[in-house]
Amino acid sequence: MFQAKTKNLKNFSTSAERFEGANLLCPGCAHSIIVREVLNATNDNLILAASTGCLEVCTAVYPHTSWDASWIHIGFENGSSAVAGAEAMYKALKNKGRLKQPDRTPKFVAFGGDGATYDIGFQWISGCFERGHDMMYVCLDNEVYANTGGQRSSSTPIGASATTTPAGRISYGEKQNKKDIMAIMAAHGAPYVAQVAPNKWKDMVAKIQKGFATEGPVFINAMSACTTEWKFAPEDTIAISDLATDSLVFPLYEIIDGTKLNITYRPKNVIPVRDYLGAQGRFKHLFTKQNEYLIDEWQARVDAKWEQLQRREEACL
Amino acid sequence: MVENGWDTFEIGTILRPFEGPASDVANILPEDRSYTKSNSFSVSVADWRIEKPLFNKEHCIDCQFCWIYCPDMSIISRDKKMIGIDYDHCKGCGICVEVCPTTPKSLLMFPEQKDEEAALSEWPKKEKKEAKEN
Repeated sequence: MFQAKTKNLKNFSTSAERFEGANLLCPGCAHSIIVREVLNATNDNLILAASTGCLEVCTAVYPHTSWDASWIHIGFENGSSAVAGAEAMYKALKNKGRLKQPDRTPKFVAFGGDGATYDIGFQWISGCFERGHDMMYVCLDNEVYANTGGQRSSSTPIGASATTTPAGRISYGEKQNKKDIMAIMAAHGAPYVAQVAPNKWKDMVAKIQKGFATEGPVFINAMSACTTEWKFAPEDTIAISDLATDSLVFPLYEIIDGTKLNITYRPKNVIPVRDYLGAQGRFKHLFTKQNEYLIDEWQARVDAKWEQLQRREEACL
Repeated sequence: MVENGWDTFEIGTILRPFEGPASDVANILPEDRSYTKSNSFSVSVADWRIEKPLFNKEHCIDCQFCWIYCPDMSIISRDKKMIGIDYDHCKGCGICVEVCPTTPKSLLMFPEQKDEEAALSEWPKKEKKEAKEN
């Protein structure tokens, strides 16, 4: 049934949405595009939680909720543990035969921003993956603490101007490289770890469904272009996402059982990283004479990463 | 609905998005659901818009790109056809216009107060084949 539902976009568009409008996310926010694609990928019941971040504060403004599924409002760090706890309880009730709808198999999904995933909630996520709960964790990676005013997170890439790493006369912005969260989560031995982007909807929905079908903890890193903090016009969200995936800044791949790596999207025409950087206001200071060398370094880094991914895919390690 | 202030808010509050039991939401279309006032569906963000998208059925090929990329669930698609825009929840970001693949586009942004019929009458016309040859 799932295959039929996502065979093409026309079939997929018959999904009944379980995420409602009039949430307070910015116009053009990629978060809700990702959430819709995740929720529409299944018709099963959902048990969701969100760590503090744009998604949480914008979809649960008391007295309103934008969620048409069971959804838990919880702290910054423990969205993953809240869902893990619900999953553990579900298992216990199932073993005791006390489920009210035993024929239903709900899906457990936790959402978190990159701040909640890369930094603040990392220990909790690591714990959930170590214990092996049957859940999915979706990281909405917009590379900055957008909810609190654009502070850098450990996902912010080199050269980006954030409010705590502003670019100016002295500094070119963020100085640390982005954490490789995919490798870290794969190193937990998770059965399924994947990187997705909302503009490649078919790839994304296929990975989400694969994740739902997998038993055990699943990690999804979803690129979420942020119109406010990346500084581009709201209508360009999908165009910027296309630039990110086609320039290989954000390669789409999956790692199965912590070892086997598959690249799921190979752009026909790889565009230079310069085009991706130039489209965003947070990198505009790189296009000056004294900072231009950073763009070449970016390109070298992206090429090296792509090369490494391809070698790993070939090696089947 | 009882409106509680911030200091009367109780820990462990449950907000119910639907009236009565709701067990199979994924198979019920929005028009058949019984939303409560706690559901953000019953609120409008129409006043966020400066420009609104208008839909011209004539050029639409029902590719559903606008539906999948709309961040605000505001493109209404039923039976694989795009049938209109939900102006209560559209924030006017303009993604639907950008991703529309037809020429001329089936969705265009117009100022919020623009009359729909006037906009449709001044819609860009399809290029004729002779014009392309020249």
